[in-house]
Amino acid sequence: MSIQSQTVAEFAITYSRFLDAEGHPTQDLPESLKNADTLRKLYEYMVLNRTFDAKAVALQRTGKMGTYPSSAGQEAIGVGVGAAMQEGDVSVPYYRDHGAHLIRGGSIEEIYLLWGGDERGNDYATLKQDFPVAVPIASQSLHAVGVAKAIQYRKQSRAVVTFIGDGGTSEGDFYEAINLAGVWKLPVLFVINNNFWAISVPLSEQTICKTLAQKGIAAGVSGEQVDGNDVLAVTYATEQALKRIREGHGPHIIEALTYRMCDHTTADDAKRYQPPEEVESYKKEDPILRLRNYLVSQNLWDEEQEKTLYARVKQTVEQAVHAYESIPDQPPTAIFDYLYATLPHDLIEQRDILLANLGAHHE
Amino acid sequence: MSEITLVEAVTQALAYELAHDENVIVFGEDVGANGGVFRATEGLQKRFGTDRVLDTPLAESMIVGMAVGMAAEGLKPIAEIQFMGFIYPALDQIISHASRLRNRTRGRLSCPMVIRAPYGCGIHAPEHHSESTESILAHIPGLRVVIPSSPTRAYGLLLAAMRDPDPVIFLEPTRIYRKIKQEVPDNGVALPLDRCFLLREGTDITLVSWGAMLTETMTAAQNLQQQGINCEVIDVATIKPLDIDSIIQSVEKTGRCVIIHEAAKTCGVGAEIAAQLAEKALMSLRAPIQRVTGFDTIVPLYKMEHLYLPSVARILNAAHEVMAFE
Ligand SMILES: Cc1ncc(C[n+]2csc(CCOP(=O)(O)OP(=O)(O)O)c2C)c(N)n1
Ligand SMILES: [Mg+2]
Repeated sequence: MSIQSQTVAEFAITYSRFLDAEGHPTQDLPESLKNADTLRKLYEYMVLNRTFDAKAVALQRTGKMGTYPSSAGQEAIGVGVGAAMQEGDVSVPYYRDHGAHLIRGGSIEEIYLLWGGDERGNDYATLKQDFPVAVPIASQSLHAVGVAKAIQYRKQSRAVVTFIGDGGTSEGDFYEAINLAGVWKLPVLFVINNNFWAISVPLSEQTICKTLAQKGIAAGVSGEQVDGNDVLAVTYATEQALKRIREGHGPHIIEALTYRMCDHTTADDAKRYQPPEEVESYKKEDPILRLRNYLVSQNLWDEEQEKTLYARVKQTVEQAVHAYESIPDQPPTAIFDYLYATLPHDLIEQRDILLANLGAHHE
Repeated sequence: MSEITLVEAVTQALAYELAHDENVIVFGEDVGANGGVFRATEGLQKRFGTDRVLDTPLAESMIVGMAVGMAAEGLKPIAEIQFMGFIYPALDQIISHASRLRNRTRGRLSCPMVIRAPYGCGIHAPEHHSESTESILAHIPGLRVVIPSSPTRAYGLLLAAMRDPDPVIFLEPTRIYRKIKQEVPDNGVALPLDRCFLLREGTDITLVSWGAMLTETMTAAQNLQQQGINCEVIDVATIKPLDIDSIIQSVEKTGRCVIIHEAAKTCGVGAEIAAQLAEKALMSLRAPIQRVTGFDTIVPLYKMEHLYLPSVARILNAAHEVMAFE
């Protein structure tokens, strides 16, 4: 028996990019991306991201850094999104968007400090409004909607951008956040880094959704996919989304497709689970190579500039390493001093015990 | 027989039970092909198949909530939470359901399940990877909380946990995952839950601890021995329900007690032990009970972690203070 029914709602998810893997334009570039300085800046920050990141891994290997999550191969997401954000916007990140931190004016030293086991890395010198990296997966999505509510309440034109991984979108916190963002039409952009792996769990075991952007549909939130290895696609999608958000059109989701060209963290061994053919096939998708090919083809970049850039980046990273390695330790009492606005009496007693014990040690 | 580490003893116990009880199902984040981020489930998926050893999507409340349903149906879910610091999204399911289903249904349904989680300081990882918040769970009626301190006890206690008819939280101290090696016969013999283990006999002070802190505690006991102070050392092992009788027996002999734990001091399990000693053995005490614990601070990132962790020196200080009391 066939019953009568009619389609009452239809949805589609679009995918976009401007450059293919070889750096050939696939369509006309929008005006905002025709500026040579803008393009070169994106390139330079991706190179900086990759270089400082490789150094962090090297520092960890020699015992000078703790467990560190590399963003290798995924630089276009942080850099592209960060480039499209404005001063005063709030970033509520996870641990793979260091590129956004850097292009927004945050320092490498801060990143090194944090992953080097020093809380001062979260005490940002410039990005005072940004959240620290959230380690508990997806918890940050809810903070972002709270920040967005505050902005909406004050009728400001600032926007919030929060990042999450593909695996993170399985957590309840993520669904709760997009739902609320939809209901309250909050000024927040959710950026999903879809690198196809959550540590060793492939996307296919995380969800059977065809896209992650479509998770927004159930929450009434618009979403789209972009090529996350095309920094131009990421930048443009973010610019457009933030423009709409500032105009009061409510939240949006950008799912950026990329690939984790590294271990999950320095404590992981991806060879145990990432198929080598898959890793190999993504090498030619490299976001840095792609933009350079384009820049060279447009006569916006040459060998000389490349050499100068790498020399400059190397120096910047070396300076950051030096600053990181030469910063004096925090005083022992720092483990108490930031717990409350005013240290309660029982903790004053415990702090004294700590100091007394250290004294005894030093004798 | 070759010697194995604590984490290998966990694998051995899981494998034994998977092989002998078809209701046992092991699951969690990255426990399959990857064998767990600490390799506690190494090789199990290959050996027992993807029906018995499963990766789940990334969601802790889902993992435990689903385990409640599986357990009520008569399966034996053995869930891994990747780190204790990530168990919090699942607390609702643990506290509101896993611990209560038996009582709520007057025994009609129950939750025989094990939730394993690595815990404690010592691995140079980011925030939330060093938590020892066992007392949150020990506070919950209906739960068992078990913490092994050696390969032998990891094997025997995990087997017991998997055979227990009620939910057991099994916390594995990462700091000693690979520190101690022992011969652990794979004979399927469980150790008793709800019982302390006497690690060292002595007459002057009872040192009470569990998990990784027993390393520092045993070192302190050896140092004190050289100074003529004879320590008895107790591994509490099951912190809930507490085997207070064994601790009382020891304190009746020594008259002195120092409790050592990595968790923050306030409302830590040490407070419960001290309170019960005060209630039941006050007249046996020759000196006030001392606690050597983590401070009531957030566990610092790894550069300052050593300041937080109770040191051998702090245990020695407490022991001397207790000995000097008149
Ligand atoms: C609540 C919570 N559960 C588990 C973990 C351990 N963990 C850290 S990263 C990770 C995988 C995250 O994958 P995804 O969201 O895809 O981000 P990616 O690392 O791939 O960028 C897991 C399970 C955690 N940090 N927080
Ligand atoms: Mg991922």
